[in-house]
Amino acid sequence: MNNNLALECRNITKTFGRVYANKNCSLDVKKGEILAILGENGSGKTTLMNMVAGIYFPDSGKIFVNGQEVLIRSPKDAFEQKIGMIHQHFKLVDVFSAVENIALGVDDGNKYKLSNITKKVIEITQRYGFIIDPEKKIYDMSVSEKQTVEIIKVLYRGADILILDEPTAVLTPQETEKLFAVLRRMREDGKSIIIITHKMHEVLSISDRVAVLRKGEHVSTVNTAETNETELTEMMMGEKISLDITRSEPVNSVPRLEVKNITSFNEEGRKVLDDISFTAYSGEILGIAGIAGSGQRELLESIAGLHNLAEGEITYFDPITNNIENLRDKTPLQIRDLGVRLSFVPEDRLGMGLVGNMDIIDNMMLRSYTKGKSAFLERKEPKDLADKIIKDLNVATPGATTPVRQLSGGNVQKVLVGREIASSPSVLMAAYPVRGLDVNASYTIYNLLNEQKVSGVAVIFVGEDLDVLLELCDRILVINSGKITGIVDGRTAKKEEIGLLMVKSTETEGEEK
Amino acid sequence: MLAFIVSAIRLGMTLLFGSTGETITEKSGHLNLGIPGIMCVGASCGCYAEYIYIDSVVSKGLEINSILAVLIPVLATLIGGAIMGVLFSFLTVTLHANQNVTGLAITTLGVGISDYMIDKTDLIYIRGAAYFKASLPFASKLGWFGEVFFSHGVLVYLAIIIAVVTSFILNRTRIGLHLRAVGENPATADAAGINVSLYRYVATSIGCGIAGLGGLSFIMDYLNGNWEYVIDDIGWLAIALVIFTVWKPNFAIIGSIIFGGLYIASSYITGVSFAGKELFKMLPYIVTIIVLIFTSMRSKKKNQPPQSLGLPYFREER
Repeated sequence: MNNNLALECRNITKTFGRVYANKNCSLDVKKGEILAILGENGSGKTTLMNMVAGIYFPDSGKIFVNGQEVLIRSPKDAFEQKIGMIHQHFKLVDVFSAVENIALGVDDGNKYKLSNITKKVIEITQRYGFIIDPEKKIYDMSVSEKQTVEIIKVLYRGADILILDEPTAVLTPQETEKLFAVLRRMREDGKSIIIITHKMHEVLSISDRVAVLRKGEHVSTVNTAETNETELTEMMMGEKISLDITRSEPVNSVPRLEVKNITSFNEEGRKVLDDISFTAYSGEILGIAGIAGSGQRELLESIAGLHNLAEGEITYFDPITNNIENLRDKTPLQIRDLGVRLSFVPEDRLGMGLVGNMDIIDNMMLRSYTKGKSAFLERKEPKDLADKIIKDLNVATPGATTPVRQLSGGNVQKVLVGREIASSPSVLMAAYPVRGLDVNASYTIYNLLNEQKVSGVAVIFVGEDLDVLLELCDRILVINSGKITGIVDGRTAKKEEIGLLMVKSTETEGEEK
Repeated sequence: MLAFIVSAIRLGMTLLFGSTGETITEKSGHLNLGIPGIMCVGASCGCYAEYIYIDSVVSKGLEINSILAVLIPVLATLIGGAIMGVLFSFLTVTLHANQNVTGLAITTLGVGISDYMIDKTDLIYIRGAAYFKASLPFASKLGWFGEVFFSHGVLVYLAIIIAVVTSFILNRTRIGLHLRAVGENPATADAAGINVSLYRYVATSIGCGIAGLGGLSFIMDYLNGNWEYVIDDIGWLAIALVIFTVWKPNFAIIGSIIFGGLYIASSYITGVSFAGKELFKMLPYIVTIIVLIFTSMRSKKKNQPPQSLGLPYFREER
């Protein structure tokens, strides 16, 4: 046994239903080193680390801490092994001060006295160079301060192994630098740090070694000094897989939607869309590729009128009236009536677009009830539509009056996409329409999108799987931290090329101040 | 005027039990609308215990011990209230029932139980009330000062002690910190290794036990053992008081007296018609609505209800 290892995972497997989140993953971290875990969305990085932190329990495999085999069944067990994880979503009580949050759940046998805890917290902050006011309430804090509290919380509990899940996703470049400085100081102090990230330049700048995961499996661990961006991307993306999705040549392509220099901020004032411009043509599928949370959602919502823009124009060329419309002045309803349709499948699937407790017919009516002629609801048309969707898309349901929430995920998505298509749109935006679907159901959706494309609709497809994007889309737009890093041809582009565009650093030119 | 203040304090302390109990419950994230029913059950258990005690002692021809005559009903009330709290927690925590519906059901159940248990015409309660009303001997010698501060029965002081202790525990101890975390953000508390279900069960049961004392205090102290008024009115007032005092038991000591005063004001103002009196009784609720408007308008995070108040917590859903 190598005494130098702080943590070792051996042949860890974890399944969710039939899907492998991790398959025979092996990984080790030395004492006093920073290990970066790199991988695409859904490559099992977070799941693996959640097992180390006690959130999930592995189906098989062993975890060793300091050479001893351990069972980690809960976050508490993890703390006893001196493992602490800083999650992407902070687990802090808003109305508590920093110190109160840090003290939460710690019973060290001493008398509970906030002033003593504060003293200890200040000791930690001084040792590692954190900048934080221990008395400040969480609701008054910025994201970066909250993250600092999370890290101190873990250190306060005496963690020697720190796991950070995409810590820089919410930080500005300056804040990231500060965080890295702190992490380096911790490394000097002998702590082991595991950092999960998508961002290549961060991997290269902070880590000692990089472990690459792909589709739940551990590809390889390399020394950072001996590798480079291209090699890592290749490991991350893997070989191209042929999927056999039919793709026809676009016919009669005319500009349908033009997005010009749009910029937008989120609630916290962070830039989520940065000077984005592109044109969507009729009769083509425009794919959007990017790491999760790079601004895909905001982009689509901006077009649909659901997201406020700070700057920029969105122009729509109406194929029927040949009018040129400016979508920025329009309400979401008007935009929809123009034929711009959005079907967004969020992570929880039902969250947007469908009402779970209502049946298929009623969900159809959500889009059409304003068009009724009498004071009462017209049920005939939506019922016909529901029956048609069930028949055409093979929705497995006992009937049109079954509540949507009782359908399986794939069938819910068919209903959602089917409804948007049924309105014969001229622009169809489908975000993650195959999320969580099995292969056959996915192909049904691809075929639907292809049919729309052939009939002259401008289809915008946001997808997670690069293989699918490369086979389905005519052009692929790559978005990275709210910026477009490239628009490539779906027929000729290489997977690695898109992968690089997805992760390459964008901050060099965009840095403020 | 003096009689009004004394009366307001007495009713206020009844409310204080209810609101302290409800505050403890709400801090754990449980919105318990069963407080009126729980007060009924508490009062009934207490009175019934008093009835058994006095009856058995008198039938044997023994002397009634004035300490036991208070202690036995108080313990019976605490147990009765706590059992209702366990029932509420069982339904909401273990069976994941909706808290509002469960609370209203508990209110209905509690009123029914009390109607079943108590013979409202029985005069034995008035006899028992005498022990609760026993005040310090020097109170009458201190004029208005003694009247306001020392003329009350033991439950009035108990209410204040409980409120102060609760306030201390909530804000100054580790248990309080954990309890508040459970009510604010159970997922965070869970991740920190706090047993959310246990905290909710225990806090709700203790809270309900204390709230039950409010019912007992209303009957034995405020009404001198008469079951002439319905208790559940007071229960709703106690819930409103929790909001009025922005979830702070120490504020509630003053707040409860204000509420008590507003509630009985009509009886002390001459020339008010019967309908007018009912209007007066609404005052506490109107004040509560105004407080709600102000706290939500200023949107100060400090004076808000616990963030996950009324929300169930299932670990799988995180």
